[in-house]
Amino acid sequence: MLIASYLALAAILFVIGLMGVLTKRNAVIVLFSLELMLNAANINLVTFSKMGLVPNLNGQVFALFNVVVAAAEAAVGLAILFAIYRNRETIDAEKFNLLKG
Amino acid sequence: MEITGEFIAFFILSILAICGAVFMIFFTNVVHMGVSMAFTFLSIAGIYFLLNADFLAVIQIMVYTGAISILMLFGIMMTRHKETEEKLNRPIHYGLSIAGAGVLLVSLVLLSRGATFVSDAVDTKGYGIEKIGELFFGTYMIPFELASILLLVALIGSIIIAKKEGQE
Repeated sequence: MLIASYLALAAILFVIGLMGVLTKRNAVIVLFSLELMLNAANINLVTFSKMGLVPNLNGQVFALFNVVVAAAEAAVGLAILFAIYRNRETIDAEKFNLLKG
Repeated sequence: MEITGEFIAFFILSILAICGAVFMIFFTNVVHMGVSMAFTFLSIAGIYFLLNADFLAVIQIMVYTGAISILMLFGIMMTRHKETEEKLNRPIHYGLSIAGAGVLLVSLVLLSRGATFVSDAVDTKGYGIEKIGELFFGTYMIPFELASILLLVALIGSIIIAKKEGQE
């Protein structure tokens, strides 16, 4: 199995996540797309852990730390969205313009 | 390239993952987007199984398809939203996003095809869960403890942020 096919899969998922972050209007979906980008990075880490130049387990350990940080980020991000929703009555990312000059 | 079982499994799993992600982009119902993302995360767990990362695959199923998808669905349900979300009505922004993402995709794929970082002889004997445990409680002892502190801080912080203000 070629390493390039795994890397191509990760690149495609990363780009789709980027599209979601840039173009979606629902802020929860934006957060979800962010998780997809982190997952694509995890696929790269695990791929290099098996087929990289120096294959060893450190890649999987890094991916596990990545999962921890992603879970914490999802929890805090959703809490911030709830706080914004309570104040602005919307989670449309277009309407978050309090800091706009 | 000969057709092996790994190739067929990789093909099916990657098709599922990419289809889930693309459907997430093109669905209009917000709940459907969440469910298709859950399918993508499940397929990525299968990819981890193919790469001899069994522990990480189980963690992926538990954390992503189990916890984060349900958390996001709760987030969708608990906030008022339009049933179908309309497209971004800024064509320049939309076109620039698609162009930038396309350029990034092409350059990433070309770079990963051109580079040579392949080692053919892969020894996956020592890729069990015991070795991961030894690494976590040996080499990565301090980052492991820091990760637990990070989770605790995130738990307390999200409770405090999501709580109603001025409520004792």
